[in-house]
Amino acid sequence: MVEDEAGFEAVIARNDRIEPRDWMPDGYRKTLVRQIAQHAHSEVIGMQPEGAWIERAPSLRRKAILLAKVQDEAGHGLYLYSAAETLGVSRAQLVELLLAGKQKYSSIFNYPTPSYADVGTIGWLVDGAAICNQVPLCRTSYGPYGRAMIRICKEESFHQRQGYELLMTMMRGTDEQRAMVQESVDRFWWPSLMMFGPPDTESPNTARSMAWGIKRNTNDELRQRFVDMTVPQADALGVALPDPELRWNAARGSYDFGEPDWSELKAVVSGDGPCNAQRMAHRRQAHEDGAWVRAAAVAHAEADRG
Amino acid sequence: MVDADWPLYEVFVRGKRGLNHVHAGSIRAADPADAIRRGSAVYTRRSEGVSVWVALASDVAASAPELKEPLFSPSGDKVFRHPTFYSIPDDVPHM
Repeated sequence: MVEDEAGFEAVIARNDRIEPRDWMPDGYRKTLVRQIAQHAHSEVIGMQPEGAWIERAPSLRRKAILLAKVQDEAGHGLYLYSAAETLGVSRAQLVELLLAGKQKYSSIFNYPTPSYADVGTIGWLVDGAAICNQVPLCRTSYGPYGRAMIRICKEESFHQRQGYELLMTMMRGTDEQRAMVQESVDRFWWPSLMMFGPPDTESPNTARSMAWGIKRNTNDELRQRFVDMTVPQADALGVALPDPELRWNAARGSYDFGEPDWSELKAVVSGDGPCNAQRMAHRRQAHEDGAWVRAAAVAHAEADRG
Repeated sequence: MVDADWPLYEVFVRGKRGLNHVHAGSIRAADPADAIRRGSAVYTRRSEGVSVWVALASDVAASAPELKEPLFSPSGDKVFRHPTFYSIPDDVPHM
């Protein structure tokens, strides 16, 4: 067991994992709680934009898939809350902080899903960006977080593929369906790029998180990786990505791309996105509506002990 | 006091940092500290681990065999939960 700062530094230096009972700096613990909680909240809030389409899915097959996917998001939230709990906080506390607006969730879920094509676009672009972000987190320095990420990444592959397959199906359909896909991609492209966070020059905590091995790549590195992976997928699908500056740069071996509107990200993160109020109100309502279930479970357990 | 009076503990071993503790077996011991000592003596003699958990076997709740159907069969027909259910052309990279 790691008992002091020197031991902690030694574990980090050899790229090993810190486990719950090891000594760790307060800042390391706080950073992890904030990051894992934010990640957990994102999974839970992330059920809303797609959940809205479950009852309107165009076939039983699509409905079963969407139900399974939204169910996965709930499960991912639970994996992550329990990883956070190994750091000495409780799930109830974290839920309270979310509902009080004191902890955040991913900015992407504050965008609306007015079109059924959005279900496909979220799977392809939003889950694709999430995978980009999460694969390196499987090697994060905190053991329980890394193990949760491994489980999640295995399941995200289904999410991304069902989305891409949905879009491929629509692209084989009518002109109207193809236009729906393009319209949806136009809306989600820039917000997907913003999922990686502000540019490195405005991300003051990145250096420390990387020194601690919590993060393995900077925001801009991951954003570039996502663009490079996604452009050929867009070509294969037959949609245009809405960025006039997007072009291959042979010297860099990567795609150049335009600058996202960072003032939009700031606004969405600070509560002024198109759906922030709606998402929080829905979450609060769902939590209150579930109170009787939680009470009934406890009453049942007490009766059993009788 | 005879051995049979010692409670039974379940022993979980972490193979190395970063991995889950995995159930290794059980051990009779006088108390938790004793179970850790005996558990590591029995289950990590060839340096199989870096950490051991023990829990009273009587504290472990387990599913009854007859619950196998209701607990596990519902996922049997949900093939769409697997990524291979979706056919994506081979020329689409990183998917």
